[in-house]
Amino acid sequence: MSEFFGKISLYLEMDFVRYALIAGVLIALSSSLLGVVLVLKRYSMIGDGLSHVAFGAMTVAAVLGVVSEMVVVLPVTVAAAVILLRLSKNSKVKSDAAIAMISVGALAVGYLLTSIFSTSSNVSGDVCGTLFGSVKIISLTGFDVILCALLSLVVIGVFILFYNKIFAVTFDEDFSSATGVKVSLYNTFIAVIGAVVIVLAMNLVGALLVSALIVFPSISAMRVFKSFRAVTICAAAISVFCVLVGLLITIMASTPAGATIVAVNIAVYAIFSLLGAVIRR
Amino acid sequence: MALLECKNVSLAYEGKTIVSDLSFSVERGDYLCIIGENGSGKTTLMKTLLGLKKPHSGEVIFSDGLSQRSIGYLPQQSTSQRDFPATVKEIVLSGCLGDCGARPFYGAREKQRAAVNMERLGIKDLSSRCYRELSGGQQQRVLLARALCATGQMLLLDEPVAGLDPKVSAEMYALIEDLSKNCKITVVMISHDIEAALKYSTHILHLGEKPLFFGKTSDYITSETAIRFIGKNERRSGENE
Repeated sequence: MSEFFGKISLYLEMDFVRYALIAGVLIALSSSLLGVVLVLKRYSMIGDGLSHVAFGAMTVAAVLGVVSEMVVVLPVTVAAAVILLRLSKNSKVKSDAAIAMISVGALAVGYLLTSIFSTSSNVSGDVCGTLFGSVKIISLTGFDVILCALLSLVVIGVFILFYNKIFAVTFDEDFSSATGVKVSLYNTFIAVIGAVVIVLAMNLVGALLVSALIVFPSISAMRVFKSFRAVTICAAAISVFCVLVGLLITIMASTPAGATIVAVNIAVYAIFSLLGAVIRR
Repeated sequence: MALLECKNVSLAYEGKTIVSDLSFSVERGDYLCIIGENGSGKTTLMKTLLGLKKPHSGEVIFSDGLSQRSIGYLPQQSTSQRDFPATVKEIVLSGCLGDCGARPFYGAREKQRAAVNMERLGIKDLSSRCYRELSGGQQQRVLLARALCATGQMLLLDEPVAGLDPKVSAEMYALIEDLSKNCKITVVMISHDIEAALKYSTHILHLGEKPLFFGKTSDYITSETAIRFIGKNERRSGENE
């Protein structure tokens, strides 16, 4: 046992491990807060679609040779979020088909561009890294971590400050707008925050696995808890726990980070489902 | 003086005019039922009164201390609400949001008002229960308490007894009548339940291709519109049996 802790403390002295843990916790917090809202608003698929768009944007940024990929990825994903939200409001367009088209289209174009223009000799390795985030999280620089921390803190702060209004808009849009809340403004706001969180979370688990980080913690929390506040707090706690445990396993057993974190999330979901069933009986 | 007045209002739904040249007014203490066939524009009218939709033409005027933002609205339940994890208290409190303005959190006054309204509707014991575990009638009371938090003057109810069984419906109607009589709250209700509409309301607005009738309930019963409409409903329910 002492050997185990010795190994951990050895790793914790390394900068890249500490960076990964700090960024991981902050991303976990913001993605779980967003997740509660997206799941309850039935927007989970929009989150999934956005992560694919972010992947497409990432490859475009790589092809263009942009040094800081965020500069391209963030605005493109935010724009896609606003468009997807509009589509889902418009009953004339089949919105689930539109989301599927945009997400799978972005994925295909992204892979195509990487294959044609890539300068690296290991194309499939690059693509796999972006999709499943296997290398990203341990190659974060100090600047990446600061950017991650700032954006996450903004997301968390906004969520706390507008907690009551976010609850009202999530529960009942018509009633909220009748009492004077600017619902479409809040929806756009949530979409923009969503895009930011997804781009951040891509660093942690990769594009394909981002939705797991958004959906799992809140669904697990909803199995057991019955108030919006308890669900929100519990989802945040679950998310942080899963990321920490996942990253520790990754470091000790050199498993891929994204997949490990998602696996821990699945295990927690199973436990909470069981717990919920027991409580309800 | 009228609390609410509609002047020559026309309503359109997806580009098609469904109601044209509608004029009516609601006085303090009235109990107005809006009835009519499906698609006659009842819900569109309600959304227009709330300011969620703009009228195609004409205007909606609020006066006598009532503003559009201080109407208590009871919408029809959406499917996503049925499994929403929220306590009764959280939902009722969200009715006070209009008073918070830019303040991010609820103050003692809002909490007090939520408590008073839960007490008034007999759901105080349920305040920490989860909304999705309540019966249909209890859920409707929660949403009514929330609407009362948003207003002291006028309630707009969109089919408040839809999906409730007869006994619970009767309780709901009694509750609304109590609010109307004893708390002096003006009620505007969309209803499919013509019998209850005639029994409880003071005024009736019958929508159709043209606004067919607006006036006192006692005048409505003997009107040609009513005789045709009620006759048709009876025939239809006769066919169903």
